[in-house]
Amino acid sequence: MTAPTEARPSAGRRLPLTWLGILPFALFVGLFLFAPTLKIVIGAFQSQDGSFTLDNIFGLFTPSILSSYWISIKISFASALLGCLVGFLMAAAVVLGGLPGWIRSPLLTFSGVASNFAGVPLAFAFLATLGPLGLITVWLRTEFGINLRALGFNILSFWGLTITYLFFQIPLMILIITPALDGLKREWREAASVLGATGVQYWRMVALPILFPSILGTFALLFANAFGAVATAIALTGSSLNIVPIMLFAQIRGDVLGNPNLGYAMAFGMILVTGIANVIYIVLRMRSERWLK
Amino acid sequence: MKRFLAALILLLGITYFVLPLIGMAEFSLSMRRGVYSLDAYRKVIADPQFRQTFGYSVVMALLTIVFGVLLVVPTAFWVRLRMPHLRPYVEFITLLPLVIPAIVVVFGYIRLYNTSSWLPLTGSTFGTNLLLMLGYATLSLPYMYRAVDTGLRTIDVATLTEAAQSLGAGWITILARVIMPNVLVAVLSGAFVTFAIVMGEFTMAALLNRPAFGPYLQLMGANKAYEPFALAVIAFIITWACMGLIQLVTRFSKHTKAAR
Repeated sequence: MTAPTEARPSAGRRLPLTWLGILPFALFVGLFLFAPTLKIVIGAFQSQDGSFTLDNIFGLFTPSILSSYWISIKISFASALLGCLVGFLMAAAVVLGGLPGWIRSPLLTFSGVASNFAGVPLAFAFLATLGPLGLITVWLRTEFGINLRALGFNILSFWGLTITYLFFQIPLMILIITPALDGLKREWREAASVLGATGVQYWRMVALPILFPSILGTFALLFANAFGAVATAIALTGSSLNIVPIMLFAQIRGDVLGNPNLGYAMAFGMILVTGIANVIYIVLRMRSERWLK
Repeated sequence: MKRFLAALILLLGITYFVLPLIGMAEFSLSMRRGVYSLDAYRKVIADPQFRQTFGYSVVMALLTIVFGVLLVVPTAFWVRLRMPHLRPYVEFITLLPLVIPAIVVVFGYIRLYNTSSWLPLTGSTFGTNLLLMLGYATLSLPYMYRAVDTGLRTIDVATLTEAAQSLGAGWITILARVIMPNVLVAVLSGAFVTFAIVMGEFTMAALLNRPAFGPYLQLMGANKAYEPFALAVIAFIITWACMGLIQLVTRFSKHTKAAR
């Protein structure tokens, strides 16, 4: 930590100019982060002629838009939940499972790559694997006579999208939870076993309560992550699955809702959902940092 | 028992991650019936649109990196040196692009900087390119700022600055010749992440109608059979290369530190 530099005695009498140093940054975030976001938020509460209205917000409560929010929330929830579970198990396997130590570093590096490998190419990878002619689909059909399509599985569906999202959700969980697992002190486990706790009791009463804020916080982060994902969904499903980002994308391109301000309201709804998820993440993260240092 | 369970979990997880990559690679090689061939890659590389969009995205990525470094390094330096009380706020602001979805930000751009506004950026090609570059800079801000700020934490900014000042250096000299060389590794890792993000970005470029690599990928996916998978393999290699380079420079910097 660097100590703040002492202000020179004369500084008090001169015009304060220190703020000039962050002026470029302030201008940049003001013009290209805050202003566009504010424009959307304000637009959500304006009618076409610019007067205040709540019609756009009420307009969200039509069956087609509501169902798009509902399916988006379901996909985000499922992929965040599974991502947390699988990511936690994999991280725990590496940190606590007694496996050789060299596995850890490649796994973390790969997680860094995979969590950044989202977007259009990821959709292609899953089309090549679970699509109608994909690797696994064909293999299951020729070797075992299992027809995934006949069983109701389709890559352009809720589960297809969820499985695809897991490819960036699991690595993100691994990256965040590994340091938290490292923070579990050996003494706690020893103390628990001295007091007669079994392994299950240790996990249920000591380790999981300590890790819980991190896990729940990461869950919120993963939820927001999936909710805002646009490119993967568009490349994978085209427009066959009406989730919020796809609908908003079509709305920005061609005003499919027939009311530009309804588009603002949809975008505002997205900010609201990801915003709430992130507030949960930040609050829980601060809680978890009390224990894990 | 425990070790067996751990190995099993890890193996299942790895299978999940490896299969799509194999599927993607397999598809990209099977353009010629019956044998594996590089035909799809040849087709892709011969496509003038591929070269155009790829080149466009590379240039945009480099410009974004230059802009990001020029914006973030002085800001992070100044905040640490003179305005430490603002640090939590600045840090919070730089994380906001992770909260506000890119599609919302670009939606705001389109409505705020259209031809009838006070700053009609989307009215000209140059203006739209500039807007897209600024959008990319917003997307990479969390990574860039974090990297640089972490780099600054490892050096004594105040002492270095005062030493340079007493030798008669001005602010630009201090930043370019004292601070930058010290945080170069951090800046580089921020730059590689930025590169990976810009090369794969789809939403902003598509909605601003710019001929970038991401929208081209999506277009190919909708119209061609094998080429998209070759492109996906190329995109994956770029991501890998960027992450690998980060590892490399970080390791390299550890060596220089140990030698000191």
